[in-house]
Amino acid sequence: MIDTSRSGLFLIGYRLYLAAFFVFLAAPLVAAGTFAFNDSLFPALPWQGFTLDWFFSDSEPKLGMFHDRRLLRGLYYSFVIASFVSLLSVFVGTCNAFLFVRGTFRGKNALYIVMVLPLVIPGVILGISILVLASTVANSIERATGIELSILRPGIALVVLGQFSFITTITSLVIIARLRKFDIAMEEAALNLGASRARVLATVTLPFLRPAMIAAGIVAFLVSFENFNTTLFLVGSEAPLTVTMYDRMVKVGSTPVLNAVSFVLMLGSGLLALVSIAVQRDKSTT
Amino acid sequence: MSSGRDIRRLSLILLFAPFTLWIVLLIALPHMGMIVLSLREKVAPRVYEYGLGNYIAFAQEPIYWNTLMRTGSMSLLVTVLALLIGFPVAYYIAKIAGHRTRGALFLIILIPLWVSDLIRAFGWILLLRETGVVSTLLQWSGLAGGPVEFLYTDATVVMGLVYTVILFMIVPLVSTLDGMDNAMIEAGYNLGGSGFTVLRRIIIPYAMPGIVSGCIVTFMLTAGSYLTPILLGGKNSSWFTEQIYDQFITRYNWESGAAFGFLLLAFTSLVVWIGLKLSGQTLASTVARS
Amino acid sequence: MTAIHDLATNDPAVNDLAINDLECLGVSKSYGSVRAVRDVSFEIPSGCFFSILGPSGCGKTTLMRMIAGFEEPSAGDIRIKGKSVLKTPPNRRNVKMVFQHLALFPMMNVYENIAYGLRCQRVGKAEIDRKVKDVLQRIALPDVANREIHQLSGGQKQRIAIARCMVLDPDVLLLDEPLGALDLKLREAMKIELKLLQHQFNTTFIYITHDQSEALVMSDYVAIMNNGRFDQIGTPQALYHNPDTAFVAGFVGDSNRWSARVLSRSGDEVKVETGDGLVLVGTVAGRAPLADHGRVELFVRPEFVHAERLAQAGSAVPAEGDNVLEGAVDSLLFNGANSRVLVRGPRDCLIEADVTLTGGAGDLRPGEAVRLTWPRAQTRCFAAEVAAGASA
Repeated sequence: MIDTSRSGLFLIGYRLYLAAFFVFLAAPLVAAGTFAFNDSLFPALPWQGFTLDWFFSDSEPKLGMFHDRRLLRGLYYSFVIASFVSLLSVFVGTCNAFLFVRGTFRGKNALYIVMVLPLVIPGVILGISILVLASTVANSIERATGIELSILRPGIALVVLGQFSFITTITSLVIIARLRKFDIAMEEAALNLGASRARVLATVTLPFLRPAMIAAGIVAFLVSFENFNTTLFLVGSEAPLTVTMYDRMVKVGSTPVLNAVSFVLMLGSGLLALVSIAVQRDKSTT
Repeated sequence: MSSGRDIRRLSLILLFAPFTLWIVLLIALPHMGMIVLSLREKVAPRVYEYGLGNYIAFAQEPIYWNTLMRTGSMSLLVTVLALLIGFPVAYYIAKIAGHRTRGALFLIILIPLWVSDLIRAFGWILLLRETGVVSTLLQWSGLAGGPVEFLYTDATVVMGLVYTVILFMIVPLVSTLDGMDNAMIEAGYNLGGSGFTVLRRIIIPYAMPGIVSGCIVTFMLTAGSYLTPILLGGKNSSWFTEQIYDQFITRYNWESGAAFGFLLLAFTSLVVWIGLKLSGQTLASTVARS
Repeated sequence: MTAIHDLATNDPAVNDLAINDLECLGVSKSYGSVRAVRDVSFEIPSGCFFSILGPSGCGKTTLMRMIAGFEEPSAGDIRIKGKSVLKTPPNRRNVKMVFQHLALFPMMNVYENIAYGLRCQRVGKAEIDRKVKDVLQRIALPDVANREIHQLSGGQKQRIAIARCMVLDPDVLLLDEPLGALDLKLREAMKIELKLLQHQFNTTFIYITHDQSEALVMSDYVAIMNNGRFDQIGTPQALYHNPDTAFVAGFVGDSNRWSARVLSRSGDEVKVETGDGLVLVGTVAGRAPLADHGRVELFVRPEFVHAERLAQAGSAVPAEGDNVLEGAVDSLLFNGANSRVLVRGPRDCLIEADVTLTGGAGDLRPGEAVRLTWPRAQTRCFAAEVAAGASA
């Protein structure tokens, strides 16, 4: 297209390279998904025939994922955590978008960099630093008043805060990008037509941001769902799915039920990703 | 109207509240707490002393020191590999693919992002272990006499890490290259440049902010990764985050763990800073370039 | 500053209305040390199509935004129907505005866009329905109520944006260069349509533009704005034929233009020498007094310059006191009925004159010797402004 000097042979080579790259990308995902349907006790070749036992069987040795209490509980905790994280991070992300797109204050650029930073801080460090602070505060309170604040001990609340601490950067970036495209004249037009400021926000600005808010919420949900590094240090007795799976993998060794979980997770993420694309396309092209 | 200005000021303060709470309570204070904790030493039960003891202990133990260096150098290797492998892909998506294929390719690139680290590493284990798919296929085809173990080598760890982070290299590259006017490349050829000169003189300088941004994110993510080195590298992967986990959870020595955490942060920040200086970019022109 | 009083009293249609729809009294606006609008005063009688014409950056948009309430004047007063609105927030002023890029709400359909203002006023459902239908009828788009905004053509969007304001029955409608985004053909059509819509609604329109043909074609009155001030307010004809300042003369319509020095004067007749040494006679124009031997700006419109072949013109004696020059046709600038001939006169000066090009054998050709004549009365001399802000 833009390059006429290169030979067709070069382009063929280029395309082969790309194809190889995509095989590389897909290989582990395909492996993780496919063995969920292998009628074998181990996720390995040879292929023993097709089965759905690893999803639906209710008896050992092939206990399906939908009958595995611990996995289901992990799924439930992951779901609860991800819901809180996405709601919180979309709310703060929206506030940040208005702050950085509309606000005028000194040191805006420096604060913008501060806002981006949590994304590049290693997740392990976010996890331990929040753990250290929460424990220190909880210990001091306990020593001073004798009250035990369980909310500051490892558990769901800390996991939510830990994930929220860097996912908010992602949601902020997504919503900021959308708010930058907003034509401020639309707000002025609504004011001019007699709307109050609150009404302008509710009927013009937020509806414009809605696709980005939904997409950011979905991304936040998925990133929370699959997070491991930060969660590991903050988790209490209510282990979310990734931690449960990791325990299983390390202690029991891999069984095809993990493939089944992987398959379901990939399916779910794929569907959510499609939803977020559909939402962002909707009307945003106008 | 002073009331209008008051409303504006009030809303600015209201908008600042969540941002400040987030940054101060979840980023600034925890990191300060970590640094303070790392300067504390337990001399007897419930008796603490402040000093650089944890850092001195780190400096005196070559295993720790070596692990940090190893983590750093392997992360750099992963970053370079991700750039070399990812750049042609990004260039194809941004400049060569037709409008339709481009969107589809970009989505395919993003797919691993939607899948957990854990599942990706799990997939690699299934492919590469002694009883895994690759080993079995090699035996069937007669290329290998017996089972071959691909896991638990440095090469596998590097490959797994490249796989995990390459997205974060490709996405910023695509978005910078996308903003580049095709006419600039055409003008380069038109004025008599060879493919190599055009790449070196026009495309790479233009894409520099994207390259640096991708490298920073890739490097930080690699150095801070935990799952991939452990699962693919096994017990002897000696990744620095493992040491942190070890100090915190296994030995319950939080003071030393906090010191390690701070060292990792300081070390990676130093590498990023040197990288920025060498490439003549700033944090604002790269990562913060939304 | 010029007020419109004298003009209004000449016009019986507006003379008997006691209250003006809009008055601005000494309105100024500064941003730090930048004075965007300086002491602007004017009043607009009911039912007028009033344009504010000026180059970009002259302050016209700031003035408009102050009227709409998005900016506060640093000094002066703005009155709508005789009442000061300085203390009224923008969403309580009965001044509606059509934005430059229209600012239709893409997340609502046509009906919801038009109903938006009515809903803000808590008008009943049935009433809204009736009013929206009615206004769509009046803009001749009765069937688009359920369309999405992106399904409309450029001209339809324009009309919806106007309907969205007019359904609220405003005292004044502000239009901020709404034709700027349209292509040429559509813009020409919309000019006429806007004028017709204004007649139909019989509401005061204030139209902001940098395009003089838009302003001249549509307006009852035009204000020429320059450097934050109103240079002149008047009917399009008055501005074109009797400009008050050199800026107006240069900005409105085309002109041959010279910088010159006064040689002598008697009454309103002046004899000047141009920079390249031509000696011409002209008439004193503008408000600023001419100094003896002072610098002046000379303007002559091409349509008053008469060009004829030297061979044919030999016998005819030009009228006393007219300017006469001889030169050669340099090039023909064909543009249908507005065709011009570019003549290279003495001392290499270039002068544009109107010419009729029929495509026949009688047309002028490049290289032919011609004589140019134009009357002294159409040669306007303005005292040169000290500030160099008046270059058109």
